[in-house]
Amino acid sequence: MRKFARRKLITAGIAVTAGASGLAVAARLAQRYGLIPPDAGGFYGPGETLTYAAQRLLTRHSFAREFAPSQISKPPFANQVDPLGEAFKRLQEAGFTGWRLNVDGMVARPASFPLSTLKSFPVRSQITHLACEEGWSYIAQWTGVPLSHILNLVGTLPQARYVIYRSFQPDWWESIDMADALHPQTLVAYGMNGGELPVGFGGPLRLRVPRQLGYKNVKYITRLTVTDTLKPLGLGLGSAAPEAGYAWYAGI
Amino acid sequence: MAYPTIDTLSQMAGSVWAATSRSVVPATVTSRHSAVVRVTHWITTLCFLALLISGVEILISHPRFYWGEAGNVLTPPLFKLPIPASRSTVPTGYGYVLPDQNGWSRYLHFQAAWLAVLTGLFYLGYGLLNGHFRRNLLPGSAQLSWRALSTVIAKNLRFRPASEADAWSYNVLQRLTYLLVIFFLFPLVIWTGLAMSPAIASAFPAAVTVLGGQQSARTVHFFVSIFLLLFLLVHVVMVSLAGFRNRMRAMITGRPAANLEPR
Repeated sequence: MRKFARRKLITAGIAVTAGASGLAVAARLAQRYGLIPPDAGGFYGPGETLTYAAQRLLTRHSFAREFAPSQISKPPFANQVDPLGEAFKRLQEAGFTGWRLNVDGMVARPASFPLSTLKSFPVRSQITHLACEEGWSYIAQWTGVPLSHILNLVGTLPQARYVIYRSFQPDWWESIDMADALHPQTLVAYGMNGGELPVGFGGPLRLRVPRQLGYKNVKYITRLTVTDTLKPLGLGLGSAAPEAGYAWYAGI
Repeated sequence: MAYPTIDTLSQMAGSVWAATSRSVVPATVTSRHSAVVRVTHWITTLCFLALLISGVEILISHPRFYWGEAGNVLTPPLFKLPIPASRSTVPTGYGYVLPDQNGWSRYLHFQAAWLAVLTGLFYLGYGLLNGHFRRNLLPGSAQLSWRALSTVIAKNLRFRPASEADAWSYNVLQRLTYLLVIFFLFPLVIWTGLAMSPAIASAFPAAVTVLGGQQSARTVHFFVSIFLLLFLLVHVVMVSLAGFRNRMRAMITGRPAANLEPR
């Protein structure tokens, strides 16, 4: 009996040690390959990390489904937005000619693009699904310049890991990793369903990340910042969403 | 006025899952449920409750269902639930909006889903290697004849007392129900859940189109959850009728009853 107990103890000891060192190695590898989301701390950290790591491994190069023009939702649904204020109204009245997209951070050539310049860049149009975390969705055609084109133009430094994007609405800022930022379907969108992007849908400029849920698709973007760390921003959770209790990664 | 006594109640309780055959009790069994079955059972229970509560919270942010790829408040729904919503954009007919609980609900839903899936995979591996499915869940061909089946069903409908074998082995109706839950409802609820993910849809588009679209996946996910909830309720009622203390003891300690010696 004692012999049996001792053997059990040794087996359990080896199993625990192997498990713990396996976890440590997995954590080291995950860190190295950028598989740990910025909101990985806390009670829900393990689930978030598993989701982000698994989806990054499975979807790094996958393409969001594109639909036929006949599948476009008529009419699409513009979610509610907070009042945009007088400054926005003035820009809108001037046809957004004064709207600029500033690009800074870890880039060789920081820049500030007026809307007209963005529209002169290579155009990509795609019919994709926009799904809200609440459960509803719509399909629309989005037109814009691939974010990767802008990033190549300003020259992101090799150590860049995330792109932070900010809205005209000061409390809405988000960030994505380089896999999403450089993805060909990630657009700085200014057009929808063949026309200008309506204000209700984020016009004049919205970041479209079709492989993530609606709240990562920030409306009224004014600034992009390329960075290697999200720690110094806000509460250090990566974006405004986790500060409001929502996951940073919204691929599910 | 004759109130049922504790004795008659427990007699009724024992009758619910009547046995068809005594020969299904293996001679070598030392406990009713193996440690792996007991531990995975309770982890799954915990996960299921977490998924249920967080799922209801997520659901009330948009208690409308659609068929196809896309759907929103401007789209005619397949059906809508007559409940208030946690978003003011959803027309519900109620004059108030419930508080938004989606943040923690989504975190909890996915964390519980991961734990449930990993536990399920472990259980699946164990069940296949150790013969748990073959021995304890697959009905024998004799049990599947119409005659045998109708006997079990009739016994259950008449609340015949359970035999001692029932404390040691599942009857054919239990076996079929558990197999349906483990090999059909659980995989389907995981699949339809994943099919709602825009990233998963990009990597495995066929997993979505086969279901008819992402809103169809959401609708199927809802119905499978209802079936799983029904299973849970019937399961708990049956356990209570069969003798709550004994059945619980069997699933916690492995021993079916205090007065039954391990075999």
